Amino acid sequence: MFAYILRRLLYAVPILIGVNLLTFALFFVVNTPDDMARLQLGAKHVTPEAIERWKVEHGYDKPLLLNAKATGSAQLTDTIFFQRSAAMFAFEFGKGDDGRNIGNEIRTRMGPSLAIALPVFVIGLLVNITFALLMVFFRATYLDLWGVVLCVVLMSISGLFYIIAGQYFIAKLWNLLPISGFAGGIDGLRFILLPVLVSVMAGIGSGARWYRTIFLEEIGKDYVRTARAKGLSEVRVLFRHVLKNGMIPILTGAVVVLPLLFMGSLITESFFGIPGLGSYTIDAIQAQDFAVVRAMVFLGSLLYIVGLLLTDISYSWVDPRVRLQ
Amino acid sequence: MKPLLRVDQLVTEIGHGADALRVVDGVSFQIAAGETYALLGESGCGKSMTALSLMRLLPDGGRIVSGDIRLGETDVRALPERDMRRVRGGQMAMIFQEPMLALNPVIKVGEQIAEALVLHQGLRGQATWDAARALLDAVGVPDATRRLDTYPFELSGGLRQRVMIAMALAGQPRLLIADEPTTALDVTIQAQVLDVLRSLRAERQMGMLLITHDLGVVAENADRVGVMYAGELVEEGARDVFFSAPQHPYSRMLFEALPRPGDGGRLTTIPGQVPKLDDPMRGCRFAPRCPFAVARCRDESPDWQAINGQRVRCHLAGALPARSAREVTTHANSTQTAQALLQVDGLKVHFPIRRGLIQRTVGHVRAVDDVTLSIQAGRTLALVGESGCGKTTVGKALLRLIEPTAGRIVLGGETITAKNVSTLRRQAQMVFQDPFSSLNPRMRVAGILLEGMDALRVGAASERRDAVAQLLRQVGLPDDTGGRYPHAFSGGQRQRIAIARALAVSPRLVICDEPTSALDVSVQAQILNLLKDLQDSLGLAYLFITHNLAVVEYLAHEVAVMYLGRIVEHGATGDVLRAPCHPYTLALVSAVPRIELQTGPGIIRLAGDQPSPLNPPSGCHFHPRCPHASEVCRQTYPDQTAVGGGHWVRCHWVAGQA
Amino acid sequence: MNMQPVILWTDALIFALLAVVLALVWFIRRQEHLRAPWRVVAQRPMAMGAALVLSVFVVIGLLDSLHYRAQLTDSPADKPQYSVEVLSMFDALVDELRTQQEKTYSAPLAMQLYAKEFVLRDGETVRDYPRLQYGGAHLKHADARLPDIARRSLIGLAQGLAASLLLFCLLAVWQSHRTHASLGTWLTAWAGGRLDWPGRMVVLIVALMLMLGGALAHLAAGYHVFGTDKVGQDVLYISLKSIRTGLVIGTLTTLVTLPLAIGFGIAAGYFRGWVDDIIQYIYTVLNSIPGVLLIAAAVLIVQVYIESNPDIFDTAAARADIRLLALCLIMGVTSWTGLARLLRGESLKLRTLDYVEAARAFGVSNARIISRHIFPNVFHLVLIAIVLDFSGLVLAEAVLSYVGVGVDPSMYSWGNMINGARLELAREPVVWWQLGAAFAFMFTLVLAANLFADGVRDAFDPRLGGRR
Repeated sequence: MFAYILRRLLYAVPILIGVNLLTFALFFVVNTPDDMARLQLGAKHVTPEAIERWKVEHGYDKPLLLNAKATGSAQLTDTIFFQRSAAMFAFEFGKGDDGRNIGNEIRTRMGPSLAIALPVFVIGLLVNITFALLMVFFRATYLDLWGVVLCVVLMSISGLFYIIAGQYFIAKLWNLLPISGFAGGIDGLRFILLPVLVSVMAGIGSGARWYRTIFLEEIGKDYVRTARAKGLSEVRVLFRHVLKNGMIPILTGAVVVLPLLFMGSLITESFFGIPGLGSYTIDAIQAQDFAVVRAMVFLGSLLYIVGLLLTDISYSWVDPRVRLQ
Repeated sequence: MKPLLRVDQLVTEIGHGADALRVVDGVSFQIAAGETYALLGESGCGKSMTALSLMRLLPDGGRIVSGDIRLGETDVRALPERDMRRVRGGQMAMIFQEPMLALNPVIKVGEQIAEALVLHQGLRGQATWDAARALLDAVGVPDATRRLDTYPFELSGGLRQRVMIAMALAGQPRLLIADEPTTALDVTIQAQVLDVLRSLRAERQMGMLLITHDLGVVAENADRVGVMYAGELVEEGARDVFFSAPQHPYSRMLFEALPRPGDGGRLTTIPGQVPKLDDPMRGCRFAPRCPFAVARCRDESPDWQAINGQRVRCHLAGALPARSAREVTTHANSTQTAQALLQVDGLKVHFPIRRGLIQRTVGHVRAVDDVTLSIQAGRTLALVGESGCGKTTVGKALLRLIEPTAGRIVLGGETITAKNVSTLRRQAQMVFQDPFSSLNPRMRVAGILLEGMDALRVGAASERRDAVAQLLRQVGLPDDTGGRYPHAFSGGQRQRIAIARALAVSPRLVICDEPTSALDVSVQAQILNLLKDLQDSLGLAYLFITHNLAVVEYLAHEVAVMYLGRIVEHGATGDVLRAPCHPYTLALVSAVPRIELQTGPGIIRLAGDQPSPLNPPSGCHFHPRCPHASEVCRQTYPDQTAVGGGHWVRCHWVAGQA
Repeated sequence: MNMQPVILWTDALIFALLAVVLALVWFIRRQEHLRAPWRVVAQRPMAMGAALVLSVFVVIGLLDSLHYRAQLTDSPADKPQYSVEVLSMFDALVDELRTQQEKTYSAPLAMQLYAKEFVLRDGETVRDYPRLQYGGAHLKHADARLPDIARRSLIGLAQGLAASLLLFCLLAVWQSHRTHASLGTWLTAWAGGRLDWPGRMVVLIVALMLMLGGALAHLAAGYHVFGTDKVGQDVLYISLKSIRTGLVIGTLTTLVTLPLAIGFGIAAGYFRGWVDDIIQYIYTVLNSIPGVLLIAAAVLIVQVYIESNPDIFDTAAARADIRLLALCLIMGVTSWTGLARLLRGESLKLRTLDYVEAARAFGVSNARIISRHIFPNVFHLVLIAIVLDFSGLVLAEAVLSYVGVGVDPSMYSWGNMINGARLELAREPVVWWQLGAAFAFMFTLVLAANLFADGVRDAFDPRLGGRR
């Protein structure tokens, strides 16, 4: 088990290096610092001097990979690659265009992101499973048929619609909850309710339908017939036998996104004014703040890889047949 | 005596409206307490559906249309679902064919048994566990306390099926329905499980409905027999009468299609195949395949007729010609030549096991460990063994579908290396076990047959089309076969296509990997006859990989018995099967259920399961299960001991006796 | 009028795709195992109804992909000059919708602007809602508006109904002639749902669409049916123009995905070993980067490239088009991993099957085994993935446009419509029609696609028992 985790962690290193090289290529080679400067300065202010000044200000005035002017190891270290990309492995993200330390921003913004994402994850899972089990219980009846149709309709609606409609009706028209904003502590609950509700709603269609398929596949298996042949009631067959097997793909499929919950949701956070990592990212994209975007790419990949590892571990946890080696 | 179960005119359909398939049509029978009633039939004849109808566990879309099912005084059809649940498991219990699939993979064995105990006996707490342990003891699971705490995947096939039985017994049912309970098991394990079932039935005076396709299993276990065909019961009678004088033409042909010791000639085959249920049926359902059918048979469905204690549905009942005695011939040994077509020396296939941080190889699964064999042109060598003994791996390694770890393969005088593999592929081909997975469903039959010729450039491209037609004729398929897709064919026809594919490159050796084990008896006979004809006309040599000893006796000239990757006994078929020397072969031969009543030495039952090839026992691999094992068996692997006539064994016990 | 045809990149690809689809249809018709599931699809009422709705969208999208530049009226005949504005066949068909531009917002079917302005009335300047230039301009009084709307809708509905009745009669006569049955027998079979195709659903959907189309056409002749946007453009026109964008994203992205997913997925599963390791490495890396961020980075790069090479893209349409294409490319590159993984798993299973072993026993080359044994047996998965991904991609466009990394802001798209309208929600009274129209169109397309995809999946996926 320990050796397995260690091996997987070692396996993560080349992936992170790959991510790093890819982002480096995207942000510095294809799209040189000169281009960035031009984009940031705007067409009116582009002069060679202005570009140079911008690059010095933002620390992009060094060579990309090899500094011929420097000596010794500085030839490699005094470069954009080393200082901007490789430094991320030490969680040195540097500063954004607004001058603030990205690492600090990430630390303070994780909390609000989690405050939304975690409830959405847990409640969404519960709601979807319940809905799916109901459909399976009433399988091959009109209830199931219309349940599926409802799912298809729900998943055909744009996620933006749920947010806009939720904000408009619940917050603006009926004044039940604040339209946006965030606060810490118990007071923050009223701000969290609406985004959580809306996000859960938006996920029901595809989630419940997918889980229904999983449960239906299980219910066709031989062991279910055995359980019925024992004389168990349909409810018990469903909850004890089918659910237990169906939860294996559901849980392990959910675990992979668990670490990514820290990243928050771009759209929800920006609509509801949550000061989390999602809105941080979207602001950075819109302001074309490359330092922040790069940091978020790195963080996202890292969390994804952790998610993959957790998935494997959770498999050995919920499925007795799987042993990690 | 009042019967325990009475089924009257049961009709079951699957599907709705005009598309409904009548899978069970007017079946009636009775089972008394303490009696075993065998329902015999080929796949798709409706025997499983009959059982599921009794339990009211039909798959979605299935329903009982009419008929009467009475268990004691209970009218099973009239019960509300709530009461039916008390009957299921409590009054009648069922065990299924595939124990791996029929047990819940993520719930511990003990809990699965306890569930039934709680439900039907109202036990709680420690009492439940004690009862569960007692049940496991009763079905002969060793070390029951520990087994309660394991998951199904941790058990071997035989133990899993015992757990299934224990679970079925938990509700102390009066009727036990066993649906092909041993079909998925090896023959030595099958014998163990059937023993358990027999003793339990006697002990608890249960009625038992045994569903099987295996005449041997019926002969050894049943009191009465019902034969099903295409959804109908066609014959019924006490076992002894049925086996001595089957009355329905179908039953008779089933017997004759079965290869039996001493067979030399051709097997009788039933032409055609079991009708599909969506075909319109008029008259006797067997009429299209019946050699005795008269005009009346095709128009009028026959009624039951009684003949000396048997019941049979046939217009010609009692009027059929007497059964002819089967000719007993011995193999002609004329084709024997000195030169071996295939010579294999020291073949080894080891699969590495990797573990740890850097995936170091920590050991090997010795799937095939030092196998030496030879086959002469025009002759058949049967490689016999239970599942997991490495016999299929030998076949694949010979064709280099799996890269052998060591060993020398000489084919037609030429040593096969990585360089001249194409020589090998022109001379040796393979026929696979499962006719459904061995043909690409997306290719037409002609394309399938052309593939090998194209790849190995056999003949001129222009002649290959004609060759396809020639091949199809050779395996007895109609000419228009080439333009159709495999799904249009039945299992037996598919296997013919697979044989034609192997023959397309005119090989001299065909490796047949259990080519008939997925087929029904009547179709198996057709394929065996075909293989024999092809051998006679083309001078083919076969390496016939199988676990079915009856087939071996029919087809093979020589036999090699494999156990855990090694050949333990080798010799001419008659010698090995009729006078086996190795304790394992002895057990194997005696474990096969026979139609004839057993004579000669008593049945030898092997204890336990075949160990894993990952970690084979030291010394002789067989010693933990061997009744004659001594100290030397635990220490060293035995050498060959010749017992005459090219017959040899690897056994210390035999060597000691000689 | 003279014109110069313009073939944008996406136009070329769309028509290439159309050619591929037609070729595929021809191929499928000859392959029994592929044709049979399609017949099952054709027997499902839901799927067929959805397919009809989809086909209307597709026709509009195709018409909108035939681009040209009109000749300027005052240019000399021997040396023609063309307008910088790139129009399409569809624009030509609905010319009035395009050109009848108001000053700013107006509500659906309104005859006055949304905002008050100083207007000259009876020689006095008063602050009031000014009359629209086109919408309801034929009316003298505001009182006549509602009756006029009702009249136009009814005429439209009636004409649609009449047209569908006529079509139905033709269908009945043709079908009864074809099946050699009497008209009455065919009609009872149709009414009882006993045809071998979902006759009732098809007739119902066609009739509904004709009636809706008739009503829309009559209303649009006198009003802005869905109102106008901030610069006074007809929202119905914008919504219809957005169809092409949605379709392009949904289809061209898949076109990029397929070769990557099929190539890498099958290679990884079939060859295993180091090939598998490398491919798994590539897709873990790509997967681990949050998709939106990767798309954002790539779109920004394209933006920089377009801005630094203005001479390659001579028209605004060409610039917007290349960005759309880039978006499809990058979305394709980020989204092939899911299908590739599925195909890898399936190939791993298939390679152990006996028919592949049999082919290897003949020494058949790997390329041939893949093309004849592996690919045809995973093809249904590819097909299911195409139809399932389509709707997700259409929905993704809206989100990406909101983030600011979607299609060019000058391009007509539902995402841009939503993005533009979102900020106006705070106004009183609410400007809802732009949002409403965008969501309604998107919903219709996505729902139709999802229902169709469901039918296709059920017919092709053996696990759900659809295959016989």
